[in-house]
Amino acid sequence: MYKRIAAGIQAIGHRAIDGIWRLGCAARFFILVLLKSTTSFLRFGLVIREIYFVGVLSLIIILVSGLFVGMVLGLQGYETLQKYGSESAVGTLVALSLVRELGPVMSALLFASRAGSAITAEIGLMKATEQLSAMGMMAVDPVARVVAPRFWAGVISMPLLAALFSVMGVFGGYLVTVVFIGVDEGAFWSSMQNAVDFRYDIVNGVIKSCFFGVAVAAIAVFEGFDAPPTAEGVSGATTRTVVTSALAILGLDFVLTAFMFRGVD
Amino acid sequence: MSEHLIEIKDLAFSYTDRPILKRVNMTMSRGQVIAIMGGSGSGKTTLLRLIGGEVKPSAGHVEVAGQVVHQLSRNELFKLRRKMGMLFQFGALFTDLSVFDNVAFQMREHTNLPESMIRDLVLMKLHAVGLRGASHLMPAELSGGMARRVALARSIALDPLLIMYDEPFTGLDPISLSVIGSLIRRLTDALGMTSIIVTHDVQESLKIVDYVYFLADGAIAAHGTPEEVKGSTMPFVHQFVHGEEDGPVPFHYPAETYRKDLKLEVQFV
Amino acid sequence: MQRTIMDFWVGLFVLAGMVSLLILGLKVGNLTSYNTGESYTLFGNFENIGGLKVRAPVKSAGVVVGRVTDIQFSLETYDAVVTMDINSFYRFPKDTFASILTSGLLGEQYIGLSPGGDEEMLEEGDKIMKTNSAMVLEEMIGRFLFDKAAED
Repeated sequence: MYKRIAAGIQAIGHRAIDGIWRLGCAARFFILVLLKSTTSFLRFGLVIREIYFVGVLSLIIILVSGLFVGMVLGLQGYETLQKYGSESAVGTLVALSLVRELGPVMSALLFASRAGSAITAEIGLMKATEQLSAMGMMAVDPVARVVAPRFWAGVISMPLLAALFSVMGVFGGYLVTVVFIGVDEGAFWSSMQNAVDFRYDIVNGVIKSCFFGVAVAAIAVFEGFDAPPTAEGVSGATTRTVVTSALAILGLDFVLTAFMFRGVD
Repeated sequence: MSEHLIEIKDLAFSYTDRPILKRVNMTMSRGQVIAIMGGSGSGKTTLLRLIGGEVKPSAGHVEVAGQVVHQLSRNELFKLRRKMGMLFQFGALFTDLSVFDNVAFQMREHTNLPESMIRDLVLMKLHAVGLRGASHLMPAELSGGMARRVALARSIALDPLLIMYDEPFTGLDPISLSVIGSLIRRLTDALGMTSIIVTHDVQESLKIVDYVYFLADGAIAAHGTPEEVKGSTMPFVHQFVHGEEDGPVPFHYPAETYRKDLKLEVQFV
Repeated sequence: MQRTIMDFWVGLFVLAGMVSLLILGLKVGNLTSYNTGESYTLFGNFENIGGLKVRAPVKSAGVVVGRVTDIQFSLETYDAVVTMDINSFYRFPKDTFASILTSGLLGEQYIGLSPGGDEEMLEEGDKIMKTNSAMVLEEMIGRFLFDKAAED
């Protein structure tokens, strides 16, 4: 009995130590990537190539999701607000929730599952098929040549995708409430413009998405580089990228929100 | 400095407490094709990784072109690696680049040659392995033997002093196998470099190499020219060259006696 | 994929992202009414600001002319000092009246400016002398009851 309890505690300790050790590895790898980023900026073509795969190919899912999220927000917001006779405030509701929260968070979640997992799988497979070792033997640093460009592509793409998501969402809200339901167009835009502050809401939203971009890209490249060089290893790493990114995004979102929007005055 | 390109002195290596190599001594000179043979897990690949500087020895040293590999700084090591090529087991071609770009990779990374000259050089290297016509293909479109040949062209891209081949013959049909074999020999002679082949394909490698080392349990069990090896009466070499099932290298992994494992023996307590 | 095609798409993507940031700023947000550098600061002392918040609009005749940038409690006069940034385009006479008003029954509070008839205009750093505090519900009820009691 006591033995079993001891073994249980031991298992917890083992997992905790493993987790912290991995976190340390990830932090060191992150710094390594930053240190070796000079190549990415001297040869920006490498980053552009990755932006294509990471950013441009994520466009469709981001745009379509943004549109639908905005439409749902408009519909639900209208349903509730019209009970209080303030359906003209639906523009405020749609825009504020998109710019502050849903834009950065939703697009980061979609980005993690669309692009983050692809980055992990690609780097993991390159490792499994010895392409990274081969590169090292050719005196080319794989962190500088393969990892850093993908990391920066993720960091650059994320805020742009979030902005596109928000704009599509606002358009979706406009479509539903103004075009379909018939809320006054002037009231829709003016209530929005009165409530949304550029520096306070939009810039903070962009800052959020920058943080998310760094987090998702860092997690994706680390998991890929750290993946055991086998089929299960790579698939496990891909799953971990999506799960860890999602948790990191939501956790970070809370912390950032607490810093940015706590107490207006 | 000796005329030897590679000198390996008392080299030892172990993973934590498991010894992989113990006191290995080898010398290799320019223009030679050398085979390192041994059963799976005898430390052959580790030896290549030590020569390439990917891991550090626990004792002894490897000297390549007069430089002790594990004492080099990172930059010096990368400089030395430009003079080395390595052919990985399954080619390890960059799957996101075309055949042409794979071969051009090192030239673009390490030199400032104009694109027109790179084009000529790449086509020359591809011509040498007989795949000039395949330059536009992607690695996924190549057969195993072709991929290996492209990888060979890639590893000679910067005219290295030394090429290491990690199991170049595995998983190839007989034709591709002899194509790769004769390519290794011809390129070594033409470029005046040194080739180290890690393999367990005895028949093919004995046809092309100048010298053979046998590794067993992390030490050199035997060495000699192909003729000496073929005529050797040493039990280990004989077993290996003729592919006999049992001999000095046992069929069975060390274990308790069979009877005891199956609990056929009466145990007295 | 050819290099030029990829470059084209990435360029398009970056442009689209930038444009959507611009749209967010101009169409969704209030970047149009932001005229940083082209505004002047006014102060006003209020006995009670009620629920007025930083960033609340300053309106005149219903038109947004500026924003509240700071609210402090003054230890000299024991009242609230409200700092406002007013768009340089709008000038107001010295005897302008500032009052804290509420948009709608439950809406946000804002500062309403009613221009007076003075020839001189308010300049950067001036203080609005005539102010009217926010309506506080308890005080109103109290006053109402007091008046009722006085009538009886």
